[in-house]
Amino acid sequence: MSALSRPAATVRVASATESQHDELLRLIMEAPTQRPLHVTWNSFVTIAAREVTRFLHDPTQLVFALVMPVLLILGLDGPLQSSFGRAAGYNLMGFAITGMLALSFYQHTLIGILSLLEDRENDFTQELLIAPISRYALIFGKIVGASVVALLQGVLITLLGILFFHFPVSLPGLPLLVPVALLICFSGGAFGVLLISLFSSQRSASQVLPLLLFPQFFLGGVFIPMHNLPWYLDLLSKITPLLYAADLLRSVVYSGQPEYRQVVLQEPLINLVVVCALTLLSLVVGTILFVRSERER
Amino acid sequence: MQTAVTDEHRPRQPEQTTVEPVIQVENLVKCYKKARRNAVDGVSFSVPAGSLFALLGPNGAGKTTVISILTTTLSPTAGRVRIAGYDLETQSPQIRRNIGIVFQKPSLDQNLTAEENVRLHAALYGIYPYRPGFRLMPAAYRQQVEALAELLGISESLFKPVKTFSGGMKRKLEILRGLLHRPAVLFLDEPTTGLDPESRHSLWDYLRRVRATGRTTIFLTTHYLEEVEEADAVCIMSRGKIVAAGTPEQLKTNLTQASLLLDSPERARLRQELQQLGVPFQEGTVFELPVAGPQVQHLLKRLETPLSLVQTRTPSLEEAYLQIIGQHMLENEEE
Repeated sequence: MSALSRPAATVRVASATESQHDELLRLIMEAPTQRPLHVTWNSFVTIAAREVTRFLHDPTQLVFALVMPVLLILGLDGPLQSSFGRAAGYNLMGFAITGMLALSFYQHTLIGILSLLEDRENDFTQELLIAPISRYALIFGKIVGASVVALLQGVLITLLGILFFHFPVSLPGLPLLVPVALLICFSGGAFGVLLISLFSSQRSASQVLPLLLFPQFFLGGVFIPMHNLPWYLDLLSKITPLLYAADLLRSVVYSGQPEYRQVVLQEPLINLVVVCALTLLSLVVGTILFVRSERER
Repeated sequence: MQTAVTDEHRPRQPEQTTVEPVIQVENLVKCYKKARRNAVDGVSFSVPAGSLFALLGPNGAGKTTVISILTTTLSPTAGRVRIAGYDLETQSPQIRRNIGIVFQKPSLDQNLTAEENVRLHAALYGIYPYRPGFRLMPAAYRQQVEALAELLGISESLFKPVKTFSGGMKRKLEILRGLLHRPAVLFLDEPTTGLDPESRHSLWDYLRRVRATGRTTIFLTTHYLEEVEEADAVCIMSRGKIVAAGTPEQLKTNLTQASLLLDSPERARLRQELQQLGVPFQEGTVFELPVAGPQVQHLLKRLETPLSLVQTRTPSLEEAYLQIIGQHMLENEEE
């Protein structure tokens, strides 16, 4: 590196001559190459950090991430609480904000992964795909980066919930909240990987996405409790991935609280197994399809 | 494919590596799914280290397909490729480490700053460990990036989002980014398309310097034939096949002839004299004769008609190119 330190001073001249330019270029070209660290780990961290940097560069995304849940909760569960709150026997706003939190983890990681399609349209994937990094580092880096972004938004929603919407924090549940949140993020991310392997453009994916998400809002019991459903709705509800994610999160948040038995639908272990299995399945299938589709056209 | 296996296990002589071309392509074939015709149809060529190699051809000739295969983003249907001593089929990670690419369309993250784009690249190629801020990166990296920014004249905007950059600046940033890991081969896929003449000029100025400073091989595709005049070797592709190859000089002399242009105030007399001397000519606005080199002086000495114009015409590579492509298209139509 000693070769580099000398001209750094001459570099600062505002209008360097051509020969100075040539010397600079030579220095850059001839500087010794370092091969540090674990390359896969380094590239994984880099890809993840890019997601976070992009999020921090875009304040509108942050504002949108906060305004949407507030609007949904006020619009949906505000009227519900005032009409049926007493009948339900527990605070519906608290119910909705926990559902919203699970949805936020799931949805924001999913959308974060879909940005790979945006990268593809902006030709940035070329830079990623010709880099000497493993495709798995690329996908996992993307999932972890998108999860961190989703977790940051989740923290804000939780704070809003605690301050304004009766978020039912329980001390024993709190340490468990982080791993459960991460798991839900991963399951959203894994579903995202499956989607990007199936859809080639952002346009087609964003047309299909509402079809895949909206029914889950309702059948997954995000905002409204799922009790005493007719058999066909019950069946549809049971095959909604978000149902298990939201229920798992509630089982943690409401643990040790009097409403637990009314709010939580099934055993946390069942939820955990279902969420893990779905995550693993879509991740494996999605990754295989993605890696194949990029090279074999 | 059996030869590939035996070659793989043959011990390489040290002196052989210096002689070995940096890119070697043998019988490369690519047939896209659902395509009736091969996009690349049995292409073979080799590129010596340190040279400027140009791949030309009309749109749809298969140039980008070749580049995509050589840069490991597309798998070939058949054929054998070696780059920087590595086999494409079995050692694509090593190849990726040894090549830099500037794509047809800019592949920068528009939402990140110039420095963040460069940092991302440096970390992905394992040149430096990733740190979440410029100040936290190793000193060597910071010096290198500051030097690069100075070189490009973007010190002011190094920390501004790339989307605020002009087309020419983005291209230069991409080239620099591509050189950061000091690749053996730099691939440029139509790097000057869409740039104004001034940006094109300064980009080439810059590429010339890159070539002069390192032993970087440059593999270029372009539609601007004048950019290729200084290439060491040119391959012309049409409909997936190589239809001509050689140095620009060879292509020009093999395919088009230099000519002599003459005119005179006494045209009838000149015409008669040329006929008497038995020199073939074409008469249009001026007289064009297929005469070049020492023959020019020889002929001029013998002419007695007063001349108002004497001009030698060297065909450009563009003319040679158009002739080659024209011929090939004609042959295809006849088939």
